[in-house]
Amino acid sequence: MPHKTFFAFILPSLIAMVLFIALPIVSVVVQSFYVEHGRVLVEVENCQPFGGCTKEVRVDSEATAKLEKEQPLGQFNGFGTYLNRSHLAVTEIGEILSANSGFSDIVARIYNLPFYKALAFTLVFCFVVTPLAMLLGFVIALAVNTIPRLIKGPVIFFSLLPMIITPLVGSLILYWMIHPQGIVGATIQDIFNDPNLSLRASPVLTWASLLFYGVWTNAPFSFVVFYAGLQTVPGDTLESAMIDGASRWERIRFVILPHLAPLATFVALVQLMDNFRVFEPIVGFSAEANASSLSWMIFNDLSGDSQLFGSAGATSVLTIIGVVILLMPVLLRTWREFNHKAV
Amino acid sequence: MSDSIAQRRPLPLNLLISVFLIFWVILAAFPFFWTVWGSFKVEVDFFSRESWWNAIFGTNTIKQTGSAFTGDGYEGAWVTREFWRAAGNTAIVTVSVTVISLTLGTLGGYALARSGQRYAFWILIAALVFRAMPHITLVSGYLLPFFQLNVWGYLPTSIIVLVAINQPFTLWMLHSFFLSIPKDLDESAMVDGCSRFEAFRRVIIPVMWPGVVTTGLFSFLLAYNDFATTSMLLSADNQTMVPKISSFLGSVQEQGNVMYAVAAVVSATVPLFILVLFFQRQIVSGLTAGAVKG
Repeated sequence: MPHKTFFAFILPSLIAMVLFIALPIVSVVVQSFYVEHGRVLVEVENCQPFGGCTKEVRVDSEATAKLEKEQPLGQFNGFGTYLNRSHLAVTEIGEILSANSGFSDIVARIYNLPFYKALAFTLVFCFVVTPLAMLLGFVIALAVNTIPRLIKGPVIFFSLLPMIITPLVGSLILYWMIHPQGIVGATIQDIFNDPNLSLRASPVLTWASLLFYGVWTNAPFSFVVFYAGLQTVPGDTLESAMIDGASRWERIRFVILPHLAPLATFVALVQLMDNFRVFEPIVGFSAEANASSLSWMIFNDLSGDSQLFGSAGATSVLTIIGVVILLMPVLLRTWREFNHKAV
Repeated sequence: MSDSIAQRRPLPLNLLISVFLIFWVILAAFPFFWTVWGSFKVEVDFFSRESWWNAIFGTNTIKQTGSAFTGDGYEGAWVTREFWRAAGNTAIVTVSVTVISLTLGTLGGYALARSGQRYAFWILIAALVFRAMPHITLVSGYLLPFFQLNVWGYLPTSIIVLVAINQPFTLWMLHSFFLSIPKDLDESAMVDGCSRFEAFRRVIIPVMWPGVVTTGLFSFLLAYNDFATTSMLLSADNQTMVPKISSFLGSVQEQGNVMYAVAAVVSATVPLFILVLFFQRQIVSGLTAGAVKG
């Protein structure tokens, strides 16, 4: 295809991506180096006929508004936002490392810094939910593969629901059930006979229910992909494995799993990418006190009364770096394959 | 796998499989049925501390309204709190996003599939990286420029943004779909004197619908399910359903009107139910197409 025709075809799509994905990334980087203006203060002398004069510091709202209009980005701050307490917290980490009482103290104190708290949950969510959901999806695929065709349809229909559902809506539905007055929450309280057992009070329960939601909503995707993969397992190989005396488990281990391995890489990649941006369940579960994620931090900075663009920008840049690190193995492999092909 | 193997499964294993599948289907589907059922009750029933039998039989619902089912939650959400407005906005946003992103995506995906050039490969890789960007990081890049340009808060703005966010995925999906259409088809049309675009219009468009429908379903889902973008980019009047539900939560919990939110949540789920009901096959094939070819 000649270059000209190619670009004529792809130009609209390319423009959309450059304008609304590439440029915003640049804009985020620029924003992260700026910080909001402080308020402009003026000293006003208040003189009363009999009280003498008092000096008072006031916010000059007119001058503040003018300054904000002239320089909407705020003032240049360099890497200041990156290093402050709510992001990388370099000074605080230094203090913690120099004066502490043992390893658990270090961990506990670093966990109390907002950025690391969010990072910890994001990573745990990514690396716990992805493998568990893949395992569950694989087992469901194996099971569905054995049932008669007639009931396969309905089973697949119901299995798709947790994946297709709007994340916020899905997490609300689960949250209302796990709520201390919801069906599951109240039952758990009854079983343990502990009226104070509640999702909101206990960080462990909050994390557990968020992880549960993650597995619930991610498993169907692995299921569908693995189920499709199972349809293409060569029957000859399976039969010869049986003739060689392979047990059921051995057939799964040595025939089916190797066959599905490329699919598994794909599923893992997609789900890691999606789970890294975990955000809606935290809003839905109102879990921000006990668990926050990088995306939630950005959302929180942007949705407050005074929108902290600098802070949101810095977290965004750190998140993007995280995504690139996550994708690195794939990118490197594609790069190597491509060069290999070219040579 | 053939049936001969299936028949030789021992009984305990069959039992185990059935129990497991029943467990999974309940896990997957029960929350939805429970919430739909509960949305027709009053709050003391749906959030009952005493016993969840209240939610099933509607003990307090009967006391308060005289009947075991009540539409109060729906009336409150749709009429009092004007959820219909949000539903209308959602319809506008999702339809526009789907149509525009499919138009751009088919053209682009076709070009990517037919060009063997190096840059086509790089565009696909860039799209993969863009696909991985958390949407909220992009949103924090939009806000300030949009405020400056005075385009914040309007539906068209978020439609364009959602189209752009959707492009990487659409391109990948349609790219792999067009790869499965034989090259000879459009090339022979071009030998017969068609230009590239005519060949696309006369030969490719008639055969591309299965792939387009599948991709369209996912574009629709992305636009429908989005919370990060629409909640930050739309003003309160223009909100779509999902951000509206989230703004319900805060105000409604204080006033003791949680049932409004429950009704709104159920209302937002219904279109998705219908979608899966009719397009189950396409959704499954779309998910697997990405996996097998991507």
